[in-house]
Amino acid sequence: MEVVQLLVSGLANGCVYGLIALGFVLIYKATEQVNFAQGDFMMLGAFVCLGLTNAHYVGLPFWIAAPLTIAIMAVLGYLLDFFVLRHLFGQSQTAVVILTIALGFVIRFVAGAIWSHEPQTLESPLAVGDFNVGGVVLGMADIAVIVVTVLLTYFLYQFFQRTKLGLAMQAASQNQMAAYFMGIPVKRVQGMIWGLSGAVAAVAGILFASKGAIDPNAGLLGIKAFAAAVIGGFGSLPGALMGGLIVGVIEPFASRYFPAGYSQIAPYTLLLFVLVFRPNGLFSQVRIKKV
Amino acid sequence: MRIHFKTSYNHDIRLFPDWWSFLVYATLIVIAVVLPWVLDDFFLGEVTNVLIWAIAGLGLMLLTGQTGQASLGHAAFLALGCYSCIIFMEQGWPFLIAFPAAGILTGVVGTIIAIPAIRLHGIYLAIATIALSILADDIIVLMEPITDGVSGKFAPMITIFGIEIERWTTPDRFYWLVLAVTILCTLGYRNLLRSPLGRAFAAVRDSEVSASAMGVHIARAKAVAFGISCAITGLAGALMGFYAGAFNNETFSIVISITLLMMIVIGGLGSIHGAFFGAVVVAFLPQFLSMTKDFVGGGSVAIPGLETGVFGMILILFILFEPMGIYGRWMKIRIWFELFPFARKDMFKRQKSYLKTERLR
Repeated sequence: MEVVQLLVSGLANGCVYGLIALGFVLIYKATEQVNFAQGDFMMLGAFVCLGLTNAHYVGLPFWIAAPLTIAIMAVLGYLLDFFVLRHLFGQSQTAVVILTIALGFVIRFVAGAIWSHEPQTLESPLAVGDFNVGGVVLGMADIAVIVVTVLLTYFLYQFFQRTKLGLAMQAASQNQMAAYFMGIPVKRVQGMIWGLSGAVAAVAGILFASKGAIDPNAGLLGIKAFAAAVIGGFGSLPGALMGGLIVGVIEPFASRYFPAGYSQIAPYTLLLFVLVFRPNGLFSQVRIKKV
Repeated sequence: MRIHFKTSYNHDIRLFPDWWSFLVYATLIVIAVVLPWVLDDFFLGEVTNVLIWAIAGLGLMLLTGQTGQASLGHAAFLALGCYSCIIFMEQGWPFLIAFPAAGILTGVVGTIIAIPAIRLHGIYLAIATIALSILADDIIVLMEPITDGVSGKFAPMITIFGIEIERWTTPDRFYWLVLAVTILCTLGYRNLLRSPLGRAFAAVRDSEVSASAMGVHIARAKAVAFGISCAITGLAGALMGFYAGAFNNETFSIVISITLLMMIVIGGLGSIHGAFFGAVVVAFLPQFLSMTKDFVGGGSVAIPGLETGVFGMILILFILFEPMGIYGRWMKIRIWFELFPFARKDMFKRQKSYLKTERLR
């Protein structure tokens, strides 16, 4: 029973990591850029929803506030691309990495200035409490996280494989110049993907806030999500989810069965092992480049 | 305008292009040496801090600016250098042996870590080094018998040939020590750039494919770059330990790694000047912010995250408007004056590059 309990709570946590990782992977898949601020996006989405929902701030009903949050974050993502990242067009990947890290600092500062650094809880209808299924205690929020994550991953996967826009996004990342020649508006497509990833971050944030208290440093969770994305393989949506689940499940088991102090290093040790032995992730999509 | 009339190939790699620039740097060193008689102890401490950050910046600059490998884990090597130097000294080794030994140890460990890491490209290397930086914190706690874990260590007194050096009681001597290390590191860096190895680094940065076509052993070049970079960073870490006086597992956090990387980008990637300019920004920004706050009348209320927030904002503006950093701006202004009135706006325009992925799907 204990194992099942650990597994379920690990899966729920893992889904949040997976959702953030999904945001990384979306942007990476479509633009080859890596958004190190994705964790902070998630935190910002959580706080926007909290600001709209909680009686202390605006006090909208949750089911109006949640879609509104997603829309706001999507617009924010698009604007970010429009005003900042588009100007980096053609610069190295490292420039984007450094820029997004800096952006994360700025977002954390702004969120702290608006919503203070005290941990706060979202008044979410998902946080209705726990119920007991055959000795395993399940939270409503945990179940919601798992269901939403699986659905979202499925739809995004189909979106990339089946729709015209999804294919355009893949083409734009594989060869920008050729994509231009094929009549794909590469810059606008990139803006859209940033918007989409903002929306995914908002979903992750809302779900994460439903599970417990948040504060502006919650964005640092992004580093764990990062490990998840790498373990799964950058550029693979199901891989990101799997990576998130692996990291999420390892954590509770490591803290239960490993001596104290070793448990928090478990995900990163796994990350280093994956990087050493399968540098492109468990779900690799890279081939050696031939000259 | 100065014209360099080159009569031999050695002119291209001379340490100083002409007498004028030699004089400039010589003057700079003389000013730096007499500084303790001019400044009071507080500002001397700040200048020492700038120099220490500059050494760390030189270390990372060699890897990121010169070889093109971004590392977000250099705080781990700062920590390794710091801990190993202090531990060697606690074993009774004199400073003059413990300090280089710490640098060499850090370099060797860095090279060993680099061997798997260099197979990774750009982003993956950044992530692996992030993981390293996070692990370093936990490893220091786990190795408590040697490192004293969370309670931390205190830096002992440095003694060189009977002269006692300590940060608080003799800030001027400590400053000269740091200055000497800085000059040695800078000269070493400058000489490295003139050597075939330094040119190999630059070739790897600009294009791995062309570099290997020119006969550069890419993996070896990267591993050596990693090693030298870590060694310099380790030296800076040891000095940082002496500067702080006391340190524990949280002194060298991932934020330090990130600050270091941001610092060299603000200063200007790929130049020695950049490391120093960036160090000035990093070291003086907190002072500047607190002065501004006093001026505005914010009182003594601490705003959490303000420093990093402002730092991030500065960095974003630099990447957007001056990707070559402070040094790039300085170069442009200088060249504008040197070529007056022939400088053109597009002289520094970069060629647009288009992205191609290595993924199949």
